[in-house]
Amino acid sequence: MNFEELHEIAKIENEKRAQFEYSINVCVAAGCMSCGSLELLTSFKKEIERRGIENWCKAKGVGCLGLCSAGPLVSVQRYDQKSEVIYKSVTLDNVHEIVDALTGEPVGRLACSKEMSFFKNQQKIVLENFGNIDPEKIEEYIAVGGYEPLYTVLREMSPANVIEQIVKSGLRGRGGGGYPTGLKWTTVMKASGNQKYIICNADEGDPGAFMDRSVLESDPHRVLEGMAIAGYAVGADKGFIYVRAEYPLAIRRLKKAITQAEQLGVLGRGIFNTPFNFDIKLRLGAGAFVCGEETALISSIEGSRGNPRPRPPYPAEYGLWGSPTLINNVETFANIPAIIRNGSAWFASIGTEKSKGTKVFALAGRINNTGLIEVPMGTTLREIVFNIGGGIPEGSKFKAVQTGGPSGGCITSDYLDTPADYESLTKLGSIMGSGGMIVMDDTSCMVDVAKFFVEFCMTESCGKCVPCRDGSAQMYHLLSKITSGEGNINDIHMLEKLSDLINNTSLCGLGMTMPNPVVSTMHFFKDEYLAHVHDKICPAGVCNMKRGGRK
Amino acid sequence: MKKVSQIQTLIIDGKEVGGKSDESILQVAKENDIFIPTLCYLEGLSDYGGCRMCIVEVKGMPRLVPACTTLIREGMEVTTNSEKIHNYRLSILALLFTERNHICSACVSNGHCELQTLALKLGLTHVEFPYIFPKMPVDATHDRFIADHNRCVLCGRCVRACHEVEGAHTKDIMGRGITSRVITDLKESWGSSKTCTSCGKCVHVCPTGALTEKGKSVAEMEKRRQFLPYLKLMRERR
Amino acid sequence: MSKEIKQTSLKEDRRLRMVDRTMRIYGNEPHALIETLHAVQESYGFIDTDLMQYVAEKLGVPLSKVYGVATFYHFFTLKPQGEHTCVVCTGTACYISGAKAIMDDFAKKYDLLPGETTKDNKLSLLTARCLGACGLAPAIVFDGVVAGKQTPETVSNTIERWFKNEL
Ligand SMILES: Cc1cc2nc3c(=O)[nH]c(=O)nc-3n(C[C@H](O)[C@H](O)[C@H](O)COP(=O)(O)O)c2cc1C
Ligand code: SF4
Ligand code: SF4
Ligand code: FES
Repeated sequence: MNFEELHEIAKIENEKRAQFEYSINVCVAAGCMSCGSLELLTSFKKEIERRGIENWCKAKGVGCLGLCSAGPLVSVQRYDQKSEVIYKSVTLDNVHEIVDALTGEPVGRLACSKEMSFFKNQQKIVLENFGNIDPEKIEEYIAVGGYEPLYTVLREMSPANVIEQIVKSGLRGRGGGGYPTGLKWTTVMKASGNQKYIICNADEGDPGAFMDRSVLESDPHRVLEGMAIAGYAVGADKGFIYVRAEYPLAIRRLKKAITQAEQLGVLGRGIFNTPFNFDIKLRLGAGAFVCGEETALISSIEGSRGNPRPRPPYPAEYGLWGSPTLINNVETFANIPAIIRNGSAWFASIGTEKSKGTKVFALAGRINNTGLIEVPMGTTLREIVFNIGGGIPEGSKFKAVQTGGPSGGCITSDYLDTPADYESLTKLGSIMGSGGMIVMDDTSCMVDVAKFFVEFCMTESCGKCVPCRDGSAQMYHLLSKITSGEGNINDIHMLEKLSDLINNTSLCGLGMTMPNPVVSTMHFFKDEYLAHVHDKICPAGVCNMKRGGRK
Repeated sequence: MKKVSQIQTLIIDGKEVGGKSDESILQVAKENDIFIPTLCYLEGLSDYGGCRMCIVEVKGMPRLVPACTTLIREGMEVTTNSEKIHNYRLSILALLFTERNHICSACVSNGHCELQTLALKLGLTHVEFPYIFPKMPVDATHDRFIADHNRCVLCGRCVRACHEVEGAHTKDIMGRGITSRVITDLKESWGSSKTCTSCGKCVHVCPTGALTEKGKSVAEMEKRRQFLPYLKLMRERR
Repeated sequence: MSKEIKQTSLKEDRRLRMVDRTMRIYGNEPHALIETLHAVQESYGFIDTDLMQYVAEKLGVPLSKVYGVATFYHFFTLKPQGEHTCVVCTGTACYISGAKAIMDDFAKKYDLLPGETTKDNKLSLLTARCLGACGLAPAIVFDGVVAGKQTPETVSNTIERWFKNEL
């Protein structure tokens, strides 16, 4: 394949598109699919055929439209005016009227207002193709400029050039740690070794996060392209995507995307007639959160138990099968094509001083607009929760937003004006994490929430090191005692002591960060803990107290 | 990965010492008679880094590091014992004592147990956490050996010895977290194992009374480990 | 049944061919262990000891390691599943939106705890750590199909219909 051929595909695809005046885009990502969007898509197709309007209107499946709580979502695009109407909670009964309304006024009852802050206040880089292209067709990705960055990189840039761009862009890892991506690439490039590997971390173990799933389901080629660019930059010719088995749809789409990319020659041998080869293989996780940790992930790809090992040596020097290995998160890779296309200066102009670009967040819990959003780094939590997220459902009161999952913490209403960037969230005792945001209202008991996360870490601990293995069990025991009304003040001191121990002496990140939810809730909601131990009362009425009883 | 090792100088507990660049802090400390408590480490086996007893402070590093898996660097300043480290070690030991049933007075390894020795040496006087004490099985099906899971600290030494030195890989760890356990083959009885060569290496590397020889009564089980470093050296030369 | 007979009937098993194929794709290399266990579970519904032994021999992986790996990963199950399975998502969003009430209901109505199967072998209850369907919390997978915004009532409706063979 060469550049002309790539352009030819884009041209044909765009011409095909231009034939149609209307396109009915039905979301076929996992959320909407479980609300029956596939039947909906079939029904739209049939209706178009029945009316004989195939030559100016078509229906297709697209990636996530963001507002998952109101699925199935359907976006009707009109090409000439470039206008778009998004319909929510569409049922089979609505198909008729939506097709009726194509040429007239939209069905107001079902339409989401474009002025809704959910749509208006976002800035999309990673999600730019969501809801627009069919994730199962590589041609559609190419039509919107896909694989052009890879071409530019291979034909016009040296590996050092590429890395320089990534360094200048200020991109930091989106998997949680926020390690500068350019620096990591530089280390792997400089590491000695004939064989190097690229690994895409798609384990997404944080319970309550679904950004990576959506990216893989809605725009898989973007990730493949990012990985290939990374491969060229650091000198690797093999890539692995480690994806969790709980995401069957993402796995299917990835497999399809890899096959298509190989057939077109944008993956494989001699890409774009250059000497560069790059293969990507999938590896499935099997339900172990700790395998998101990079050394455990490597061990799992090698076919072993997912036990982390001490670092250094870091995977950048001693990784998969002992070779230098670059591990980045899905979203990190998904940013790469955009940086190459628009330049590092453009990327660095978005976000805050130390956190560049945008971040995808998964909003869930007690919030009106659950779903997927992308905002510039540094957007305040208030803006995210109350404006874009649409606030808390009627009748209940905001209590806290939890970021960073089992490694993170809770943030209360006093701190809602904090900008969401790596440093600010860490300062509050939480972390950015991978982007899961769970909003809680007054129906959640914070001691119970802490217990939930500790139980999670206890069952997910690999068991290799003592503080995490035994400490988590002890913490869980103490929290169970407190939430059943059997606790005393000494138990709280013991929790504090264990938190400090586990944080300071555990082997891997799972153990080190496990106490965060406990420390953070004890800090912000000390009175709730005290109510449990002194008054044997659960203020939120969640815990089943053996003595004392409910509020 | 193997680079030519260079001589490096560093400071451990205020004492200037030297070592090769591929040596760990623990190895250099040992060569200089500086005591660092260990449990999962055993000379002749690969490093594990699981027990966290050997944690030390290194100036300039944000976190405590395990001495057994951290290589020395020129100019390093290591503190092997401070009040903070000492307290962490005590807590870790206490956690181990709560995890399984370690009633020494009834154990064949009483007096020869590394866990017990560490507790005495570090001065563990009381265990503040509640005991968990799950009831674990005892496997006495082997002709010569007994596996008592109630005394196991999951240090993984037996697994490593069986795999790395004997080459049988009869033992491994199943499950994860607090429910993990050492197994023989497909969690079968040791006596019926077709892969076990009955060499007894696992028994002799086990720090506690979890793996012992049959026919010993309380406090009689002494272990021999001197063979390990030699065996490893000889195998490497082959 | 003697071990040998079981082994030969195993060989004729069509399901085994899928397992064999997976191993072949990876060149029968030891690192194919996890992928192979996925294949075993997919074709047999669970992973039994004979199959572990078979896989261990084929891939040249020690028996204890196969068992260690199969029990480390919670996606794998060593017990046969009931006719129908219910996977309750216990991720954060589902938890705070009512997954707990659903689990309690299972315990009350069907005497089922996670990982268990009813005595008549009709129903298995499993849990998953986040299906990534947080927008639809609480989410449940009924025999492989994800359903969102569930309550104890909607769940028992589905199950009752299973029991009456309506679904
Ligand atoms: C317990 C644990 C779980 C993790 N889970 C994930 C995960 O699900 N996805 C991910 O991308 N990174 C995860 N990480 C972070 C990875 O170890 C690693 O830092 C990351 O993949 C690097 O990519 P990045 O630099 O692009 O962020 C996890 C880390 C720990 C300690
Ligand atoms: S901190 Fe926990 S998960 Fe990490 S190595 Fe230790 S036991 Fe395993
Ligand atoms: S049996 Fe002994 S050597 Fe093996 S893990 Fe347990 S304590 Fe360690
Ligand atoms: S001896 Fe270093 S961690 Fe166990």
